[in-house]
Amino acid sequence: MADTTRFIPSRRLVLQVIGLGAAGFAVGCGPDFRSASATGGPVGKLALGPFVKIGTDNTVTVLLKHIEFGQGVSTGLTTIVAEEMDADWAQMRFEHAPAEVPTYGNAAFGGAVQGTGGSTAIANSWDQLRRAGAGAREMLRQAAAAQFKADPADMLVVNGRVEFGNKSATFGELAEAAARITPPDPATLTLKDPSAFRFIGKEKAPDLVSGRADSAAKINGTAQYALDYAPEGTLTALLVRSPKFGGKVASFDDAATRAVPGVTDVIQISNGVAVVAADFWTAKKGRDALVVTWDDSGAETRSTDAITADYRKLLSQSGFEARKEGSGGAGLKGAGKVLTADFEFPYLAHAPMEPMNCTLEYKPGVSCLIHSGSQMPTVDQAVAAGILGLDPKTVTVNTYLAGGSFGRRATPDADLVAEAAQVAKAIDGRAPLKLMWTREDDIRSGKYRPMAIHRMTARVNNGAIVGWSDRTTIQSIMEGTAFLPPGAPDVSSIEGSNDIPYAIPNIAVDVHWPKSPVSVLWWRSVGHTHTAFTKEHFFDQAAKEAGKDPLALRRELLAAHPRLLNVLNLAAEKAGWGTPLPAGPNGGTRARGIAVHHSFQSYVAEVAEVTVKPDGQFTVDRVVCAVDCGIVINPDIVRSQMEGGIGYGLSAILGEAITLKDGAPVQTNFFDYPVLRMAQMPKVEVHIVPSAEAPTGVGEPGVPPIGPAVANALFAATGRPVHKLPIGTKV
Amino acid sequence: MQLTINGKQVDYQGAEDRPLLWYLREDLKLTGTKYGCGVAACGACTVLVDGQPTRACVTPASSLEGKQITTIEGLDSLAGKAVQQAWTEMDVVQCGWCQSGQILTATALLTATPQPTEKEITDGMTGNICRCATYHRIRGAVARASEILGA
Repeated sequence: MADTTRFIPSRRLVLQVIGLGAAGFAVGCGPDFRSASATGGPVGKLALGPFVKIGTDNTVTVLLKHIEFGQGVSTGLTTIVAEEMDADWAQMRFEHAPAEVPTYGNAAFGGAVQGTGGSTAIANSWDQLRRAGAGAREMLRQAAAAQFKADPADMLVVNGRVEFGNKSATFGELAEAAARITPPDPATLTLKDPSAFRFIGKEKAPDLVSGRADSAAKINGTAQYALDYAPEGTLTALLVRSPKFGGKVASFDDAATRAVPGVTDVIQISNGVAVVAADFWTAKKGRDALVVTWDDSGAETRSTDAITADYRKLLSQSGFEARKEGSGGAGLKGAGKVLTADFEFPYLAHAPMEPMNCTLEYKPGVSCLIHSGSQMPTVDQAVAAGILGLDPKTVTVNTYLAGGSFGRRATPDADLVAEAAQVAKAIDGRAPLKLMWTREDDIRSGKYRPMAIHRMTARVNNGAIVGWSDRTTIQSIMEGTAFLPPGAPDVSSIEGSNDIPYAIPNIAVDVHWPKSPVSVLWWRSVGHTHTAFTKEHFFDQAAKEAGKDPLALRRELLAAHPRLLNVLNLAAEKAGWGTPLPAGPNGGTRARGIAVHHSFQSYVAEVAEVTVKPDGQFTVDRVVCAVDCGIVINPDIVRSQMEGGIGYGLSAILGEAITLKDGAPVQTNFFDYPVLRMAQMPKVEVHIVPSAEAPTGVGEPGVPPIGPAVANALFAATGRPVHKLPIGTKV
Repeated sequence: MQLTINGKQVDYQGAEDRPLLWYLREDLKLTGTKYGCGVAACGACTVLVDGQPTRACVTPASSLEGKQITTIEGLDSLAGKAVQQAWTEMDVVQCGWCQSGQILTATALLTATPQPTEKEITDGMTGNICRCATYHRIRGAVARASEILGA
């Protein structure tokens, strides 16, 4: 999801999804964190407000309005509640909340959509869940006071118990009485002073805070993901989609498919033909045998080279003006030297390890139960209801742990559920219907990080950067979705470009949004995936022209941005910037590169160390990262998100690209869409800036700086900038 | 046809070419073994066949008559337990989808090489993709599991 600083949902979206509350199940996540099964509701759990349930078994379950897909919300959100409740960490559990707005809406999206994205989970839950925890604590105190016939003000809450003199009761013992008390007005609650925090900001300690709440189930194989859910009699559907984006089914011959034993149905839907069978292998055989003829009259038919040429043509014209500082583009004319360079970025697939899938249990005219790992359950709910002709209140969403996402499961068009609902409708809901995407479907079927070209221009005079222009050509992600009012500019394309923080007197940022049937989507850190690269890598080229050390010039031009300056200095200091690098074990030139970037309200600087061998082969050996994300809920999860973000970003800049031949993607699977493997993973060191500011996101902000940090290190080693991504293994 | 899965005999009656992965997941409900690519490129489906890490997505169930198959649900060797302990201590997981395969691969590595060098760890693990890039911690956790085993 785009940076929410500039994210305002449209009225259409609000109308589309508001008031679609539906009762739902939540799904437990493994033995330690299982509080409900997929087929039965919670047992003996009493709600103390919408976010907290106390079990008569003395467990405290936090309802997550955000999906856990690896970023750690099942730990982070649970920690916030445990802190204000004064619970015992060992009694804490989590489950995903039902799809219901406004109760579980994302405040950063205006509250009208239940959604995970834009690194907002902690930031938009922080105050809400503190008050949810404090409210539950207050209800428990009142229940205890009634039981002990004393004043609530005299009740002490200590580690999951309420105490009064020599009397005491556990949360579980008080649950039923507490649930009958009217929840206090959240605004009236007194929250803890941070100096009293026992869990928030603390390192893992065996007697106090265990590690990740989702760890045990993911280590012993019991964690439940959507693909693992398959009630008796489930049918599996695979879909043949157009090889070219925008192609339509002209006709198909299913004789060979229907001859495959076990294939039950062949169904044409809006974007392809579904083959339905009793199991995956049969469905795949059936799909392999299907012959489809496509109508490509509305399809993308260009190859990557042709699209690139079209983009370059646009770059010679002015685009939508997103930022003008000083005299803007006119500031590029005058004394000194003008540098210009183009930077090309390919389409990228998200490729989460769990391919897209969902299972629908549809009762025509009655209800539909969706089992999925979606970032936008209320959007899925609305779309399924529309297709199935149901009242949205009868469409329930069970949210499961998801095997990664990186933005792929945040679909404004609910593509996955839309496909599954069409198939479920066609088979009249006679069996639970699982729609699966294979890895090939995932790599070839779009929703890519859009390809982009940036044309960067700078004027350098007397050791200073006096003019800066950044012109981008890129497809819009948000245009045509309910997330952008018609005609409004999609600033997610240039987030990170248009808010360049450097004190440069003349700045011009503009953008072209060409159209194509190739589908595009937010990809972990969205616009920052390319804007941070161009801003930070081109900066080093300008710094070299200015005769300045790239760190020194950044310090000079970021004087008005203390938080950026702080992470920059911390990363530089910890990486030993300016000291000679030890020689590598196998020779070669060693060098460092630095980059700093603000995204999703957080501040991250990274220093990359590389070794370039005489033949140009290179390795990224070590990355030192400094992050300022405000108050830290769980430092180890902040570190893990920085480590993972660095790996995810490095994966893209080293090897990932989707290219098109005559409109069809060339790549098919992990052997030709090479993602990062262990042998390429550098050592990573993360330093966190202590802060009393409100907490901000960490899921995405670790990604943007790694590309330019590596490119700057390669530039330092070779003198040659990186103009085209991915870099590959050689410079 | 008799297969031995997690120490139990099962009678496989499915198609000759059906991969073990789908038999485990769909018929036996052993869903800890994951689908990631279907072409032996990512390692998410890794199980142990007579102790050897094997890609269940491309291995026909019918080819495993008389073999001992171990999935994450049946992992109980000393090395396996050490690996799981190290994974817990270091909080390796993020999304978790690849981790069964990572853990079984690490178990096989440590069973064959209880004291691996850093290079042996990387070489042994580099066939398993983790899209969350938990590699940094996996590397540390395999080394830690080796320590636990040696203690």
